[in-house]
Amino acid sequence: MHRGKGMKFVGDSRIKANKERNVPKDYSEYPGRTEAFWPNFLLREWLTGSVFLIGFLILVAAHPSPLEQQADPTNAGYIPLPDWYFLFIYQLLKYQFAGGEYIVIGAIVIPGLAFTALLLAPFLDRAPGRTVNKRPIAVGLMLIGVASTIWLTYESVSEVDYQERGEKYAVDVEAQESEVEIDTEAAGYAAYEANCMQCHGEQLQGSGNNPSLLKTEKSVDEIKDIAVNGIGSMPADMFSGSDEERQQLAEFIKETAKANSGGGSGE
Amino acid sequence: MLQKLYDWVDERVDVNPIWRDIADHEVPEHVNPAYHFSAFVYCFGGLTFFVTVIQILSGMFLTMYYVPDIENAWNSVYYLQMEVAHGQIVRGMHHWGASVVTVMLFLHTLRVFFQGAYKKPRELNWIVGVLLFFVILGLGFTGYLLPWDNKAYFATQVGLEIAAATPVIGDMLRTLLAGDQSIVGAQTLTRFFAIHVFFLPAVLFGLLGAHFILIRRQGISGPL
Repeated sequence: MHRGKGMKFVGDSRIKANKERNVPKDYSEYPGRTEAFWPNFLLREWLTGSVFLIGFLILVAAHPSPLEQQADPTNAGYIPLPDWYFLFIYQLLKYQFAGGEYIVIGAIVIPGLAFTALLLAPFLDRAPGRTVNKRPIAVGLMLIGVASTIWLTYESVSEVDYQERGEKYAVDVEAQESEVEIDTEAAGYAAYEANCMQCHGEQLQGSGNNPSLLKTEKSVDEIKDIAVNGIGSMPADMFSGSDEERQQLAEFIKETAKANSGGGSGE
Repeated sequence: MLQKLYDWVDERVDVNPIWRDIADHEVPEHVNPAYHFSAFVYCFGGLTFFVTVIQILSGMFLTMYYVPDIENAWNSVYYLQMEVAHGQIVRGMHHWGASVVTVMLFLHTLRVFFQGAYKKPRELNWIVGVLLFFVILGLGFTGYLLPWDNKAYFATQVGLEIAAATPVIGDMLRTLLAGDQSIVGAQTLTRFFAIHVFFLPAVLFGLLGAHFILIRRQGISGPL
């Protein structure tokens, strides 16, 4: 910092009154074909950035970001799956000695050691050599780490059927848009509320593995049968009540489905 | 006219050294892809920052519609996705940006590691960089609870179980994040929102500033 006699400042500030000219440094004495960042190299960076941005926007336009059904804590059939960049740890926790009782090992010890080693890499790998063949241990460990992360992610992805998940868990836009009329005054509604609503939803819309009843094409007798005997993953004896209530329930579902598909298809 | 305006500000504020510090530095031959195409590996860090800027901007626009409340969160995201003009694009940028930034960050980390660029005198910048890695993963983790769809809810439950597995402080950590010892609910959503939108970005900006100041101070590492 300049001090001493002859220094003039702007007002009572610390800004010097007599200024240096605004000239870029001369880089010609640096080794190699050195280039000034401003404005030469920055222009190149902008061009690269623009190309990158175009590619990124094509990705965004081609694949709208997914939104699944609204969170429902009672949805027991949902199989959780994190985003792809956490799949490696999700997969690790599936193994016997890294999950369950041993979750401390899979969730804390292994990732903790790996990330601590990464954080402290400059102090663990202290030799001055920078090239890959001068530090085989550090490079080897990193390669093992990267390979196992990629392998765990691959193992996890290979077990997931993303298309099936997409179809099963996606928002039913049509059902969301069309106003479903549920006749809560109907005789069968009370039976529905008591026996079916917990899984099939307030609007008969279903959730997760439990299908929507709004578009069912089953007959009244079939619905009566399913209420008692179950179907697919739906267990038997979900319905408890008199035969008359069961008849009303089946008729209620059938009529709601009929009204809904009749009104909905035209829109 | 512009020059006059610049001079007027410069006389009072002394802008010149500030922007010379930022802009006026050499780009050595070995990092310039115009001379050696393989030098494109040096782009990963800049692209990570570029996508981070996209994340900040798109995130700011998302908060204009998003409501951090379990009744309305999902509905506000649905509305944003289906009704708001270009809402799908802005949300898409934020969604895909989260993935792209992770990829770029990973590539940037690998470039620095395999070139041994973290060695003396750049140890501190490496540590700041790894901390940035954690912060960005944290932003990814807290971000996907916010749409409050099934994926968000159940994946967050798994994540909180992992946090709770930490020895000694596990339960306290879980309570701090989720707002309750066992429930994942209204309090969890507001906490994750606060962490995602205020706490972690604040840390992110500080670390990014340190990262860039250190690069300016030390210059980029030399050729191998």
